Amino acid sequence: MTTATRWHIGFALLMLATALVVGSLAAFAFVFPDIGAHLSFRQLRPMHVSAALFWIITGATAGVFHFKRSEFAETHRSVLHATFLVLWTATILAVFGFYAVNEYGGREYWEFPPFLGIPLLLAWLMLMADYFRAWFKRATDPPLYVWMWSTGMLFFLITFLEQNLYLIPWFRDNYLREITVQWKSNGAMVGAWNQMIYGTALFLMVKLSGDAGVARGRKVFIFWFLGLSNLMLNWGHHIYNVPTAGWIRHVAYSISMAEWIFLTNIIRGFRAKMTEQRIHASVLTYRFLLASEFWIFLNLFLALLMSIPAINRYTHGTHITVAHAMGTTIGINTMILLASLGTILRVDELTGTGRTWITIGRRITTASLLVFWSALIAAGLLKGYRSVALGMTDFQAMMVPVYSVLNVFAFAGIGVLFGLGIVVWIFMRVALRSSPHR
Amino acid sequence: MRTVWIILFVVFAGYTALVYTQGESGTVEIADDRIRAGMHTWQEQNCTSCHQLYGLGGYMGPDLTNAHRTFGEHRMRTFIRYGTGRMPAHALSEAEIDGLIAFLAWVDRTGTSQVAPDNVHWTGTYIIEPTTP
Repeated sequence: MTTATRWHIGFALLMLATALVVGSLAAFAFVFPDIGAHLSFRQLRPMHVSAALFWIITGATAGVFHFKRSEFAETHRSVLHATFLVLWTATILAVFGFYAVNEYGGREYWEFPPFLGIPLLLAWLMLMADYFRAWFKRATDPPLYVWMWSTGMLFFLITFLEQNLYLIPWFRDNYLREITVQWKSNGAMVGAWNQMIYGTALFLMVKLSGDAGVARGRKVFIFWFLGLSNLMLNWGHHIYNVPTAGWIRHVAYSISMAEWIFLTNIIRGFRAKMTEQRIHASVLTYRFLLASEFWIFLNLFLALLMSIPAINRYTHGTHITVAHAMGTTIGINTMILLASLGTILRVDELTGTGRTWITIGRRITTASLLVFWSALIAAGLLKGYRSVALGMTDFQAMMVPVYSVLNVFAFAGIGVLFGLGIVVWIFMRVALRSSPHR
Repeated sequence: MRTVWIILFVVFAGYTALVYTQGESGTVEIADDRIRAGMHTWQEQNCTSCHQLYGLGGYMGPDLTNAHRTFGEHRMRTFIRYGTGRMPAHALSEAEIDGLIAFLAWVDRTGTSQVAPDNVHWTGTYIIEPTTP
């Protein structure tokens, strides 16, 4: 592990810790007005969203940039990687500084003033230059995870640029065009970082099983192309209710329904997974991967239902959308990223109570997240029923029973904070005390 | 492998161009300076932290896509100036409040946030008629 990787991981974990603490405060500010009077939800929400987003992107790139060294047989230290890290970290700290003084850009996900996108873009270009310089020197016929990493890096750039197109008057002067392009980029960007994260999950499975065939062969590539088509075309489910041209809706609906094939494949592979689980049960990082698969199953099923417009009519704009976002970012992305970072930090070689505490932390997280996720779904069902089926228009009256359910969500969030907090604490200690070449 | 990837990428690029140029359903409203200023205030005040437009945004307050027709200008002005329930009062100038209301009135003209039952097709999709200016 290079010094740059060590700091890359350290900063990613710092973002996760920030997302957890600020997210818990925001949940309580949301549910309890007395607390909300002292904490500014308007500040806490963007801080939480940005910290979560930067945890995922920074954590994903930390894994890719560590594992690519062995994959591309690199031996040199990368100045570009180190420069990226300095610029990326400094800009993100500036983002939080702007939130602290109530300066916003006011865009969903990217709520900071838009000029801060320039250093982030420069940093990303450096990272891409470093990655693709090695990629072009690679052996031919790379395994699937290398394709996934490369596609994720490229599409993050494309969607990041697209996210800022609203700065051009032609895009923002037509509101329907503005909202369409905004959610096209947001939707595809999630697909972009998923390419990097799922690519790393595949890489880890290859290393764990010792079977390179896991990342090769016609079937895995067909499934990947199906996933890639979804990244490119299924974003329309975010804006089903926006009166855009009908074909945007129909394309998104059709392509989203292809995901039933993934769900069927997960169910069909269940028995093989049980055997695999028996073999690798003692490996800590594998347990994180296994936890992510449980959440993939739940969230894919939820996403498929939400992708049917007739059902989306009741779920859109409700807490079911939040349940899906939290389920995927915590249950899937965070679990895979912790498996990835845990592998780099060699947490499986830990002795003493460290291993036990990581297991306890993971179990607390999974149990709390299940309650947290279910409470959000229950809250969303209530809101959807009262606003759409009953047609209630008085917002405060409509929300009265919803807030009661959200109490459960806020307290379960403390469990997630506590569980993941234990894991982050141990990982951070290992990351910061590791010798650079361990 | 590479060929399939390139084909998919070309499809994506073509679809993107189509979305940019043909994606809206017929309404082409050019924003004037007051609306642009209102949009800027919406973003600067981070209204999306608590409110939604077309169901996209925060969950603290109501969706404001059709707030202009639901509440009317006077009530909106009062809400913004003095706050209500969980919403704090915002120290905005008259010009900023005017812009914000003009922006929300503009958004309101583009359609309705909630899809009517009649728009749900038997296949599960929506059939929404283009909004006329």
